[in-house]
Amino acid sequence: MAHDPLYETVIGLEVHAQMRTQSKIFCGCSTTFGAEANTQICPVCAALPGVLPVLNTELVQMAIKTGLAIQGKIRERSEFSRKNYFYPDLPAGYQISQFELPIIEQGELHVVTDDGNKKKIGITRIHMEVDAGKSLHEGIQGFSWIDLNRTGTPLLEIVSEPDLRSSQEAGAYLKKLRSILRYLQVCDGNMEEGSFRCDANVSVRKQGQTRLGTRTELKNLNSIRRCRCPGNPTLGRHLEHHPSHARQGRGPRLSLFPRTRSPPAGDSSGPH
Amino acid sequence: MDPSQLTLVQTQSMLRARQISARELAIAFLDRIDRINPDINAFITVDREGALRAAQQADERLHQGNATPMTGIPIGVKDLFCTENLRTTCGSKMLSRFIPPYESTVTRKLKEAGAVILGKTNMDEFAMGSSNETSWFGPVKNPWDPQRIPGGSSGGSAAALAAGLALATIGTDTGGSIRQPAALTGITGLKPTYGRVSRYGMIAFASSLDQAGPMARSAEDAAVVLQCIAGHDAQDSTSIRADVPDYAKTLYPRMDAIRIGIPTEYRPDNLLPEIQQALEKAEQIFRDLGAVLVPVSLPHTRYAIPTYYIIAPAEASSNLARYDGIRFGYRCQDPVDLKDLYTRTRTEGFGDEVKRRIMLGTYVLSSGYYDAYYRKAQKVRRLIANDFHEAFKSVDLLLTPTTPTTAFPLGDKIDDPVAMYLSDLFTINVNLAGLPGISIPCGTDAQGLPIGMQLIAPILKEENLLSAAHAFQTATTWHQRKPEL
Repeated sequence: MAHDPLYETVIGLEVHAQMRTQSKIFCGCSTTFGAEANTQICPVCAALPGVLPVLNTELVQMAIKTGLAIQGKIRERSEFSRKNYFYPDLPAGYQISQFELPIIEQGELHVVTDDGNKKKIGITRIHMEVDAGKSLHEGIQGFSWIDLNRTGTPLLEIVSEPDLRSSQEAGAYLKKLRSILRYLQVCDGNMEEGSFRCDANVSVRKQGQTRLGTRTELKNLNSIRRCRCPGNPTLGRHLEHHPSHARQGRGPRLSLFPRTRSPPAGDSSGPH
Repeated sequence: MDPSQLTLVQTQSMLRARQISARELAIAFLDRIDRINPDINAFITVDREGALRAAQQADERLHQGNATPMTGIPIGVKDLFCTENLRTTCGSKMLSRFIPPYESTVTRKLKEAGAVILGKTNMDEFAMGSSNETSWFGPVKNPWDPQRIPGGSSGGSAAALAAGLALATIGTDTGGSIRQPAALTGITGLKPTYGRVSRYGMIAFASSLDQAGPMARSAEDAAVVLQCIAGHDAQDSTSIRADVPDYAKTLYPRMDAIRIGIPTEYRPDNLLPEIQQALEKAEQIFRDLGAVLVPVSLPHTRYAIPTYYIIAPAEASSNLARYDGIRFGYRCQDPVDLKDLYTRTRTEGFGDEVKRRIMLGTYVLSSGYYDAYYRKAQKVRRLIANDFHEAFKSVDLLLTPTTPTTAFPLGDKIDDPVAMYLSDLFTINVNLAGLPGISIPCGTDAQGLPIGMQLIAPILKEENLLSAAHAFQTATTWHQRKPEL
């Protein structure tokens, strides 16, 4: 692929890793994958009137382990917030996530790039949040079905600094991160089952510039191979000159909480 | 037997002495509800079958000698506590046919103690209102004058008690919803410290303010009910891990050396003259009981209403998002697509006041306004709380009116939301600061309508409130007055 030396690609990655806790983040329901629809739910999962969340301590321990493994700063006091939007597989009408005070901040990961160089990639933050349920549309006429088994499955969202400069670096970062999570036994790293998902924020700028270019968000890259494509510099230059050709995501993910806007119509990528 | 003449504490000893059975008692109350409720609309659902079953079990416990102080006591529960297999409406069309599959902690504790739940009491829709006129099930009438409102949002719980339809009721208080209707119907209503009573299974309005508490005919009765429902709950992370004192034992008829602060900001010039006079008389009674009265200042008082009407609607707009027609509750007919389903379900399922607050709350939380409204309101909230903490360095309790007026006529304020919001002028700050407060009867106006006064205590000092209220009720008879029905 052609490489234009005038431009550089800037990539930041957001990884959503499902935690292998015994039970869900805010209730005692099982997190086992593949059970019959709506058999692993309770009043809390279904957001019945009057229910309250009780935080799973096992998840907090897993988050702290992960934070230690990336040499992050562990907050003694972290905070959950609600992100409000309407979606049928989001029973409460909000996602409980961490915004202002995430449990982990300022970590780093050291990767070996394809040309053999070592590089430090900053990790901005790791926070705990809940996964949504699933909407099922295929083969159903006039209805959608909703499976809430996944509702309340704990996730860690791991946000890197925009330190990655190529698709190769992005791939190396993901491999390293996944192997750490597997080693810690906090996530099985299975991209096909969606337990390790990645969004990329990609922008392009002229070499030597410090300001970031217009950002494009690429959602749900469900294999490491696919993650390598968007970082391609030729594609990147195209994006800079024709940003409207890119598949635009929902804009900055960490906009001010609580957000009250719904996802854009036709966005099939779910709440993330 | 006329059940309306009994108090909870008297009934306890009658049940223990087998002068009456729990079943006879339940039937007497159910019959009285049948006779009187059609006129005042205090109950949304009467559970005759469940009440008689609970009464039978209570009689067995009384015979076996393992009764608790609540065993066999007929009560009413505000219709926002989820009761398993018993309809829970929250006063809304949205939940008018909702039958919860699980039990709230408060009702579970009451049932386990052997209380007899007669039914679910009427309330403003989603506890939003100060007159009980926003209920989908129609307004509640004040038993003292059926042309007047009983207050809200726990208006059904207050009216049921004033009309002698239960020995105690459970209410909830987000900005005054226990204390204001207690004052307007001449009963005793206690809002405990935020976190003293579990919120699990209590349908949320504003999560950082909501608190359940007892409504009763006396402080002595309220102490028994609070004893039953208070305490930490593993299912509510905001419930406080603190021991619950024996409230009945801490009641004391004297107030020697107790320092009571009189906040100057709670005596505005436009306060109803009869309320002003009733408060002055109450102050003299407290002095006679041995208390020392001192003026204090709570300088941020005037920010109460604007602060509350940012924080409470903000939390409500998020809490009420789940009523979307997808999984439970009301759903509109034949939606054409998802947006239509959401829009019409919520347009048709919620009343005007609920919609007004959802819109307010959504606005103050939206990007770009969050800092200007919600965050700023949280800062003012801290200043208001600090006022109280400062005052409690020099006094044990604060004494204020509960309401600026006595019960107003039905329809008087329903079209003027701001005038309605001002009904909670004296109670809202107590919620913002998370403190316990009690309203007890202390007089009547020229038309014979009840006047209430409010006592406020530091965090977790419910026993001091109950003891002071008890001392006052030992020296006065206002709490024994009953409307003619």
